[in-house]
Amino acid sequence: MSAGSELKLPHLEAYPVHVSLFQDVTNAEFLKRQLLEGNAEYEYAFLDATTIISVNHVLAAVFRAINDSIHNRLKSRNVHSEIVFSLSPNNNIAESFRRFGVSDTTNTLLAIKVLNAPNSAVTRLDPASHLGSCVEGNRIEFSDENLKHSADLPRIRKIYKLNSSDNSKSKGKSAKSESTTNGVHNEAHELKEMEAVILGIMALKGS
Amino acid sequence: MAQSTTHTLPPPFNSSSTTPKPPLITQGAEALLYKTTYLTPSTPIALKHRPKKSYRHPTLDTRLTKARILAEARVLVKCKREGVVVPAVLGADWEEGWLACEWIEGKTIRAALDGYLKRDVGEEADLRGEGVRGLMGRIGVVLAKLHGIGVVHGDLTTSNLMVRQLEREGDGLESLSLGENREKGLEGEVVIIDFGLATQSVQDEDRAVDLYVLERAFGSTHPQAEGLFEEVLRVYGESYKGAKVVLRRLEDVRLRGRKKSMIG
Repeated sequence: MSAGSELKLPHLEAYPVHVSLFQDVTNAEFLKRQLLEGNAEYEYAFLDATTIISVNHVLAAVFRAINDSIHNRLKSRNVHSEIVFSLSPNNNIAESFRRFGVSDTTNTLLAIKVLNAPNSAVTRLDPASHLGSCVEGNRIEFSDENLKHSADLPRIRKIYKLNSSDNSKSKGKSAKSESTTNGVHNEAHELKEMEAVILGIMALKGS
Repeated sequence: MAQSTTHTLPPPFNSSSTTPKPPLITQGAEALLYKTTYLTPSTPIALKHRPKKSYRHPTLDTRLTKARILAEARVLVKCKREGVVVPAVLGADWEEGWLACEWIEGKTIRAALDGYLKRDVGEEADLRGEGVRGLMGRIGVVLAKLHGIGVVHGDLTTSNLMVRQLEREGDGLESLSLGENREKGLEGEVVIIDFGLATQSVQDEDRAVDLYVLERAFGSTHPQAEGLFEEVLRVYGESYKGAKVVLRRLEDVRLRGRKKSMIG
C-alpha cells in the first residue's frame, strides 16, 4: 500500500504536487459528482489512467498547467481542471474531460493536487489522507510500470492521432545497433517514442 | 565581447531555489542554449531561450519569437512522428520564448571527426576505415529520411549533427570492432539537432542547397575529410525516391553557390 507521492517539479519547487494512483476504484461516480457539484474539498485533478501512458505524460500536463496559472492564462476554471485540459491535443474543454477525466466507469484513477496552487484557496486537508479516506480503491505506486499496465494504447493512439503502423518501420541503418536487443527493449523504445510525440503535441497545443 | 554575460533565464527557470542554475551551453545569433532538468530531476533537457530583443518593436518582437519557436517545435514534432531521429519536444512557452528539448548525450559529428582524424589518420588520410564510412552512410540515411518527409534543415553543419552515445555498456554482445569504433565515437545513432532555420519543403532546390551547405561545412571544418562526403551522398542517393534528382540538382548548386542568381 503506497501513500502516494509528493513531487517537486524542477523549477516549480514552490508548488509541490501530490499524486496518488488507485486501482480497482469502486466509487468513481461519487468522485465525479463531487467535481461537478464544485465541492471545494475535492479540488483535485481526477484522471482516468487508461489514457495516460507514463509519468512524464502526467508531469508535462502538470507543468504546463502550473506555468499557465502563474502567467494568468488558464483556459479553464483552475489549475486542476487545467491539468486535464493540458493533456488534450485540442482546445475543447468538455472533450478533454470526457477523454482524460474521471468517468463513472473509471477503474484506475489518478488523483493530483497542486499544493500552494497560485490563485487558489488554501486547503487544510492533507491530500494523502483525504484521498485515502474518500477514494474506494487500492493505492498503488505512481510509476511508469503501473501506468503502462492500465494504459489503453490503441485509444491513446487514436486520441493523439498517432499512426501506429509507421513506428516499427525501417529505421534505416541506425536500427542496426539495436538489432541485438530483444522484444522487451523494442517495446520500451516504442513507448518512449510515443511519449515523445505526445509531449510535443501537448506543448504545441493552443498555438 | 564587452557585453555583459549575465543572461537572464525566462520564468520559471529563473526562480528555482533547489535546482542548480542552468549552465549556458552555447549561444547563437538569436537564442541561448542552456542545460537543465525538466519534469523530473533526472531528465536533462536542452533549454533554448530566445530573449527579448530590445531593438525591435515589442509587438513585432513578440510575434517573431512566437513564430520561430513554433516553427521549430512543429518541425521537431513532425520529424518525431515520422521516425526521423531528432530531440523530442518536452515543453514550450512562446510568450516567454523558450523551448524545452530532450538532451542528446554524445558528440557532434565535428568533434567525432576531429578525434578520429587526429588519432587514427594523421597526415596520410586513410578514409576507408569501416567506422568512418559507416558513420557517413548513417548520415546519408538520416538526411534522406529528413528530406523524404518534406523537411529541409536550413543550417546543416557538422555541429548540427550528433552521434548519440550508446547506452547499455558492456552487455557483451558487440563485436570487438564495434567496441573499437565506439571508443572513437563513430558508432551510435546519428541525431539531427537545431531546427531553428528548418522549413517544410519538398523542392529539389531546397534539398540540394541543404546538402551543399553541409558539403561546404565538411570542406571547411575537415579539409582532409572532404572525400568522406561522397559516402554521405552515395547512401543518400539510394535512400529515397527523389534523391537522385536532388543529387543532379546539387551539381548545379555547386557551380553557382547557395544563392540563386537574381540577375535579369
